[in-house]
Amino acid sequence: MSASHIQLDRQGRLLHFLTIEGLTRRHLTDILDTAESLHGVAERRVKKLPTLHGKTVVNLFFEASTRTRTTFELAAKRLSADVLTLNIATSSAVKGETLLDTLRNIEAMQCDMFVVRHEQSGAAEFIARHVKPHIAVLNAGDGRHAHPTQAMLDVFTIRRHKPDFPSLQVAIVGDILHSRVARSLIHALNILGAAEIRVIAPRTLLPAQVETLGVRVFHDMQQGLRNVDVVVMLRLQRERMEGALLPTEQEFFQRYGLTEERLALAKPDVIVMHPGPINRGVEIDSRVADGPHSVILEQVTNGIAVRMAIMSITLGNHARPAGENL
Amino acid sequence: MHILIQGGRVIDPAHQFDAITDLFVAVGRIAGLGHPPAGFKAEQVIDARDCIVCPGLIDLCARLREPGQEHKATIASETRAAAAAGITTLVCPPDTDPVIDEPAVVELIRRRAKSAGHAWVLTLGALTHRLRGERLAEMAALKDAGCIGVGDGGRPIANTLVLRRALEYAATFNLTVFLTPLDSWLGHGVAHEGPVATRMGLPGIPVAAETGAIARDLELVRDLGVRVHFGRLSSARSVELVARAQAEGLPVTADVAIHHLHLTETDLAGFDSRCHLRPPLRGSRDRDALRAGLASGVLGALCSDHQPHEPDAKQAPFGDTEPGISGLDTLLALGLRLAREGVLSLPTLIERLTWGPARILGLDRGHLAVGASADICVFDPEADWLVNAATLRSRGQNNPFIGWELQGRVTHTLLEGRMAHPSEA
Repeated sequence: MSASHIQLDRQGRLLHFLTIEGLTRRHLTDILDTAESLHGVAERRVKKLPTLHGKTVVNLFFEASTRTRTTFELAAKRLSADVLTLNIATSSAVKGETLLDTLRNIEAMQCDMFVVRHEQSGAAEFIARHVKPHIAVLNAGDGRHAHPTQAMLDVFTIRRHKPDFPSLQVAIVGDILHSRVARSLIHALNILGAAEIRVIAPRTLLPAQVETLGVRVFHDMQQGLRNVDVVVMLRLQRERMEGALLPTEQEFFQRYGLTEERLALAKPDVIVMHPGPINRGVEIDSRVADGPHSVILEQVTNGIAVRMAIMSITLGNHARPAGENL
Repeated sequence: MHILIQGGRVIDPAHQFDAITDLFVAVGRIAGLGHPPAGFKAEQVIDARDCIVCPGLIDLCARLREPGQEHKATIASETRAAAAAGITTLVCPPDTDPVIDEPAVVELIRRRAKSAGHAWVLTLGALTHRLRGERLAEMAALKDAGCIGVGDGGRPIANTLVLRRALEYAATFNLTVFLTPLDSWLGHGVAHEGPVATRMGLPGIPVAAETGAIARDLELVRDLGVRVHFGRLSSARSVELVARAQAEGLPVTADVAIHHLHLTETDLAGFDSRCHLRPPLRGSRDRDALRAGLASGVLGALCSDHQPHEPDAKQAPFGDTEPGISGLDTLLALGLRLAREGVLSLPTLIERLTWGPARILGLDRGHLAVGASADICVFDPEADWLVNAATLRSRGQNNPFIGWELQGRVTHTLLEGRMAHPSEA
């Protein structure tokens, strides 16, 4: 996929972080190791590092978000960057300003990094192709395409509990069709050499030929959860009922909701993940979400360190003159 | 004006003529082939040695953007580009603004085309009022005004009852109906539903969006005996359906756009908005089946599906961009590439660009019989050229073949015996 070259420089270093697809195991482990070293910062009395001092990070959110936006903000602040968050409602497009116009205006404010969320697949790559070369672009979610920082915080969380990827069996459950989280996580797990990645969903929530992404398809929750090490539940949007993808939330929960009984089919030390925000009683039972196997809140905490790592790596590569190696 | 086109390889598929000879043009008409007519005195000689001389190309689908979208292109700008590309007849679908659903719009387009004078512009009238798929358009009046057929203008009619009545009404006036098959509910995506769209997270358009519509339309044709032409097929299965219907004797024809014969879904890599098309680029098996369909004649015409855009229309994330390729400039050279690759012979290619579309339209053009209008294309099949902003004549630069090295360049285009390219001015 050509996205891989635009986010890398000639030496293969990350200039942007747009998609997991096309990255190497080395890229991912560098991020994970850096995130590990940054993880302790939050426990210090002064929760700050000077890494991005004097740099300006702009969060460009064309689509609503709380968790991703705030953890990006916190990550930037803990690296001493100046942070500006713009919630650009789609109404600005109605006013006639094109995405490129918006971009040029913000670029004129001399920023160093854009963190972008947009409802259209490919938006982050589009922006990366059009910004000035000194600006790093981080994809905070583009349409159904990619959410690479989420995937990194997911594998970071997995690694802290189960560091041996080659023996790992992971099940991703729910609305794969609309999920950028699922797509990015599938790529990350494949690159890290996970033993098996399963997707569990009714056919209406699976994209065409999903197995070409490198997953095993299950329509039955009981079979799909058997012996897995990790269960990743995806959020089910309410509007899916209107698009005739599902009959009711009740039937979905009955077949695909994660309950304690079903979780018992997985490995005894299974961990349960969810990118949030969770719909209790729709895709996940409260007793599981709040139970001993759940690492959902850990994911949120880890998201800060992982985003700090990605920010410092990409901006660090921008700062280094071309041709100079690490 | 007497023009001698000397020493070229004259290919006239309508008469299975293919020989190196001279072609004589007098007062706007073909005056002789091989031998000059009595009293012929050439006032101009075109040296056509090493060149192909063939009927001017007929493009079954070209959006000229006028009236209504002159910020994209105009009849003058696009007919000039057409002339430079050897195209002498353009068929303009009815989705202009205002829609071609009343004689005044037909008249406006005719006047603009006439004053530009670079190519013939034929119009398709709308099947339904404003192309909304609800009420019938005044097709009889549109025919009287000069429309050579009626169509859905790329906005398929969802309501089967309305479609059936529109077909019956069109048939009453012996009008061919030009349909672009796409199911209104399945057709909402932006890319071929398949592994590439899955990977890129782009909403898919399944093959069934096209084949379902074709199957429905074919059953109506079977019932009513109406002449229907399917424009811009995109899938292998569509070719099969049309081939079977033709074998059964149904009065159906079809065409394909040149870019569907060269590009596939993988060309969307990097979210290249120039490859955002409707119908979408599909898999390589589909591309190969479309190529075979063109060669066999199931697809009787090759068109540009020309859709010029202003840069802004393509400068956005993929799903926010407007679909379509600016295709006039590269139609012939990309066609010649197919001939070079052995997909079809050169005379067959020229047939699909001239006599084939003329037959679909039911018009006496696209051939070189003595007495026919001297609409002629002369091209050097070996001339190399690089597709780039300087070589594209269309106002629309949204051409995904930019950067390709192509062979085959038009040297002269005659329109009714006048030099349309290079222009005399």
